[in-house]
Amino acid sequence: MNWAGWLYFPARLAWRQLVFDRTKLVAAICGVLFACVLVFMQLGFKDTLYASAASAPLKLDGDLFLMHKQSEAMWRPIQFKRSELMRALGNPAIAEAYPLYLGLAPLKNIQTQTKRTLMVYGFDPDSLLFNVPAIRNKYTELRLKDTILFDEYSRPEFGPVRQLLEMGQNVTEINDYKVTIIGLFQLGVSFAADGNVITSDLNFMRIFPRRNLENIDMGVIRLNPETSVESVQAELKSHLNAFVNVFTYEELLRHEKDYWANTAPIGFIFGFGTVMGWVVGLVIVYQILFTDITNHRNEFATLKAMGYEQGYFIRVVFASASFLAVLGFIPGYLLSLGLYNLAESQMYMPMPMLISKIITVFMFILSMCFMAGLLAIRKLKDANPADMF
Amino acid sequence: MSNIIEVDHLSFSFGSGALTQPVLKDVTISLEQGEIVLITGPSGSGKTTFLTIIGGLRQALHGSVKVLGHQFINSNEQIKVKTRQQIGYIFQQHNLLKSLTALQNVCMTLEINTTMTEQQRCDRAAEMLIAVGLGDRLDYKPDQLSGGQRQRVSIARALVGQPKIILADEPTASLDKQSGYEAVNLLKRLAKESQTTILLVTHDYRILDIADRVVELEDGMIK
Ligand SMILES: Nc1ncnc2c1ncn2[C@@H]1O[C@H](COP(=O)(O)OP(=O)(O)O)[C@@H](O)[C@H]1O
Ligand SMILES: [Mg+2]
Repeated sequence: MNWAGWLYFPARLAWRQLVFDRTKLVAAICGVLFACVLVFMQLGFKDTLYASAASAPLKLDGDLFLMHKQSEAMWRPIQFKRSELMRALGNPAIAEAYPLYLGLAPLKNIQTQTKRTLMVYGFDPDSLLFNVPAIRNKYTELRLKDTILFDEYSRPEFGPVRQLLEMGQNVTEINDYKVTIIGLFQLGVSFAADGNVITSDLNFMRIFPRRNLENIDMGVIRLNPETSVESVQAELKSHLNAFVNVFTYEELLRHEKDYWANTAPIGFIFGFGTVMGWVVGLVIVYQILFTDITNHRNEFATLKAMGYEQGYFIRVVFASASFLAVLGFIPGYLLSLGLYNLAESQMYMPMPMLISKIITVFMFILSMCFMAGLLAIRKLKDANPADMF
Repeated sequence: MSNIIEVDHLSFSFGSGALTQPVLKDVTISLEQGEIVLITGPSGSGKTTFLTIIGGLRQALHGSVKVLGHQFINSNEQIKVKTRQQIGYIFQQHNLLKSLTALQNVCMTLEINTTMTEQQRCDRAAEMLIAVGLGDRLDYKPDQLSGGQRQRVSIARALVGQPKIILADEPTASLDKQSGYEAVNLLKRLAKESQTTILLVTHDYRILDIADRVVELEDGMIK
């Protein structure tokens, strides 16, 4: 028997049996679709979570970063002494070292006067710590007293800041301290903060009166050109106090991501949701395949009596599983695409439908259907032609 | 070897130990090519069991069963699968595939070995359906056919592969007198044309006259 026939005939029979019972086909497709959407959403949320967690550190312009060992993430830092950062300057490979001050504080909506918490970044404007043009261009204005830059991508609850600025309404309060918004930049919200504000280190201390310049949240280090980041990192680790972490850029990104993945078990929740989607879909598809085999038991036994081998029926079952995977995936993908857009508009976080994610989810659904097929083929043994006469 | 089926001292029982229930006892029979043999006997006498052993669907351990030259006692599944492909079956229930049309059902016999093209298979199956008088029902699903028509489709399905042997188990049981008689006569006529051997189980005494030989089975023994 040639190869095409080996797969084509059982696949064709599977197809004919599937389309014969439209009601059951629709039910099966809905099951796969459901699993598909669930997995798409869980993976989408997870990726968005990780991407947003790394959105601020991603824009930091530095080679090495100092953080207290107990700082679980940038949004909940533990302070350490500025002198620790200054000691690092003794290393000849290090060109510059700047403190970064971080704090959560409520910002008053200029229109509604309601307050909502956002993230405040404070640093020496001359250090140009953020690799964002809109921030860098304003470094001279940021030196002025009580000035801030506002993240345009913050949640809308802070008010239509762009329009307000155009109308000249630029005075608001952070932490009950009066400030002037002198411009906008674009960074993006995260699961920890609904918005972002950038200000100078001196203004930061005015906004947070209980903070002082000597206690810093992060240290950003720039190296001289053509020095090895790893070797300087190793030197700093051995010279500095044991309570500071010395991260490279990549390690900092991973540290922020790992917080959500491991410390705050949100990553786990999404992973769990993904697995649940897989299991629910598996059960549904298994049920469909299982009852299908039961209903066609007599037909399969008849074919066996006619000389069809066991392998043929296994191929029929797997072909059915593959058809269900494809037929459920296509509407599942389209529905998810719509839901991604909806989620983006609700969360104000990017939720891109990447090719890699489409492939991942399809493989996921395919594996789910194959697993269901694998469980269902045990039922084929019941199709015993000796009981047919 | 002129005998298509050769059964020698075949014994068979269901169950084991104290629950052993002997069904076939020392059965000896042989069928020549082109012969039509009817097996009759009361219900529970072992007719169906006998047919499933000849068809290689049930494994017997004692005696000798040679079908188309292959020994079935203690043989492996592979030989039986190959032999089954040269046997046409007609069941009491039509056992057609519900989701396939009459034509597609008949084609299923030809799809086991794919030396033919799709066109050739369809032509052959259509010819066969015309021969059983269903030329105008090719694209009907089993649900849309009457009992007699379904049984004729299964006759076409059994014959289309040009089998050496037809095994039929009470093919008329679910049909009324008229269509049952027509179906069996049709089977006989087509089988005689192609020199096909038929082993047919029935306790329908109205159709005994189609047989070359009638064998009676009682309590697992040939009378
Ligand atoms: N799968 C089975 N397991 C146990 N006993 C069976 C089985 N099939 C048939 N029998 C028994 O074997 C005997 C012969 O059955 P069968 O060959 O079906 O007779 P017939 O077809 O002549 O009516 C009956 O007593 C029946 O109860
Ligand atoms: Mg019987």
